[in-house]
Amino acid sequence: MRLRYLTLIAVAFFSAFPLYYSVVVASRHNSALAEVPPPLLPGGNLLANVSRVFDTVPFALALLNSFVVAGSIAVAVMFFSTLAGFAFAKLRFRGRNILLLTTVATMMVPALLGSIPLYMLMVKLEWTGTMYALVVPALVNAFGVFFMTQFLSRALPTELLEAGRVDGCTTWKLFWHVVLPVARPAAAVLGMLTFMSAWNDYFWPLVVLTPDNPTVQVALSTLASGYVNDYVLGLAGTAVGTLPLVLVFVLFGKQIIGGIMQGAVKG
Amino acid sequence: MSALPLSVPRRHRRGVRHTLDVRVSPYAYVAPFFLLFCAFGLFPLAYTAWVSLHEWTLLDEEQTFVGLDNFATLLTDGYFWNAAFNTLSIGVLSTAPQLLLAIWLAHLLNRPMRFQTLFRISLLLPNVTSVVAVVVIFSQLFGRDYGVINWVLSWFGAGTIDWAAGTATSHIALSTMIMWRWTGYNALIFLAAMQAVPKELYEAATLDGASSFTQLRRITVPMIRPTIVFVVIVSTIGAMQIIAEPLLFGASSGAGGGAVSGGPDRQYQTLALFVYEQGFTKFDFGYASAASWLMFLAVVLVAGINFLLTRRLKGGLG
Repeated sequence: MRLRYLTLIAVAFFSAFPLYYSVVVASRHNSALAEVPPPLLPGGNLLANVSRVFDTVPFALALLNSFVVAGSIAVAVMFFSTLAGFAFAKLRFRGRNILLLTTVATMMVPALLGSIPLYMLMVKLEWTGTMYALVVPALVNAFGVFFMTQFLSRALPTELLEAGRVDGCTTWKLFWHVVLPVARPAAAVLGMLTFMSAWNDYFWPLVVLTPDNPTVQVALSTLASGYVNDYVLGLAGTAVGTLPLVLVFVLFGKQIIGGIMQGAVKG
Repeated sequence: MSALPLSVPRRHRRGVRHTLDVRVSPYAYVAPFFLLFCAFGLFPLAYTAWVSLHEWTLLDEEQTFVGLDNFATLLTDGYFWNAAFNTLSIGVLSTAPQLLLAIWLAHLLNRPMRFQTLFRISLLLPNVTSVVAVVVIFSQLFGRDYGVINWVLSWFGAGTIDWAAGTATSHIALSTMIMWRWTGYNALIFLAAMQAVPKELYEAATLDGASSFTQLRRITVPMIRPTIVFVVIVSTIGAMQIIAEPLLFGASSGAGGGAVSGGPDRQYQTLALFVYEQGFTKFDFGYASAASWLMFLAVVLVAGINFLLTRRLKGGLG
């Protein structure tokens, strides 16, 4: 089946081309944008353009903010989701099924709908303009809980927990010494997925942050909207802001894809 | 074990603590999720309903109760209906071809082949690219005078298209961005479902001389029906909330007329963008909340219709 490979190669090309092209433009001079045909090979101006990005918007601060926000969200989601997943998968308690069903149902609630009162709430708490507004509401989410519940109900042997009980472990000790080691691979995938989506989050940071204390995405949107005719600047920022994720993805892509496919089948 | 009277109270105490631990721990472990959801998910949603019944702006100290006035005004607001039309148009244009393409790609990948992992990674690459990056890049590709897409089209004798200017063209451009970002992701989800289909079915079909396409239509699609329904619902809910793409497209295509209006003629203002414009640039929270709730009803309605349609459709194919 030659055709199958050709099709998939074409799809791979279309998937990679826009990213590649952004690097091409980002590495050239503004005048290259007025060339017909458009340039298809990188030029030598990348570093100069990237440093221009850092001069135009507080990009170093934005990178730091994004790392702190996405990092702490990822760690918190990993922890709380494993905790709740353990309870749902292996502990008996009244109302378990209905609570699990509620958790899954909340995934269907469009987040955008609550953004107006959520913003009013942030104003009340005086969290607007700070990273609290991004981190606190995102500390745990339904997808993470569901994902870990699915994983632990399959991967965590009940006998192991019973053995721990016989040895006199409290539930907390069981979680710490028995559950966490088993959960580690799935939690790592969940952490990476969470980090990526927190890094890429755009709408909510745009609403609650100010341009002088932005995340990467907010800084990029400032570049894109404030300097309309300076595409090179916008694309140079885009290249730098996307690079960390593409790197993570190229290194751990296989595990991430495995995680997405695993989480999806049961959905 | 030990029958010594002295040890009994101690053991008893441990027993109580143990019972307490077993009874209470599960609730403590699931509590963080539910507390956060109530505070930052459920409360805002309910509060939106309350706000929508008021004349409620950022500037006024007093909020006047106006009942359903905001809803009545909305239903006669031409901009609201324009946004509803745009949402539907962009939603259909981006979702329908995307899902067909995703099923087909998953079908191509669903056989032992070389470079399996490499192809899967390339499929998901667009999805890890942020929406800001996607729109900035595609605005450049869709540029009127020097964009790559117009350049390629010129080989086929097409004139210079001003993508951002027209209703149809801007919808096509936006749908392309959405499709680029999500097709691979959905293909992987379909692929995951396809791998659970028993291989014997395909072997038998191959012996019967059924073509690859027939097998896709007659075996794969009916067997992964639940996943198709799931993806259609999720895509619908996503499509109803499209906001970042038109907002950024307006900002970076340089069409002028303000990004929040979705182009100078509101030719690509979606419902979510309409809510954003009312809420966060005009700070008319009451009106924006009412629009949010109508949007919510529309999401439920459209998702419900799609749910019924997908189930029907697959029944016919199987």
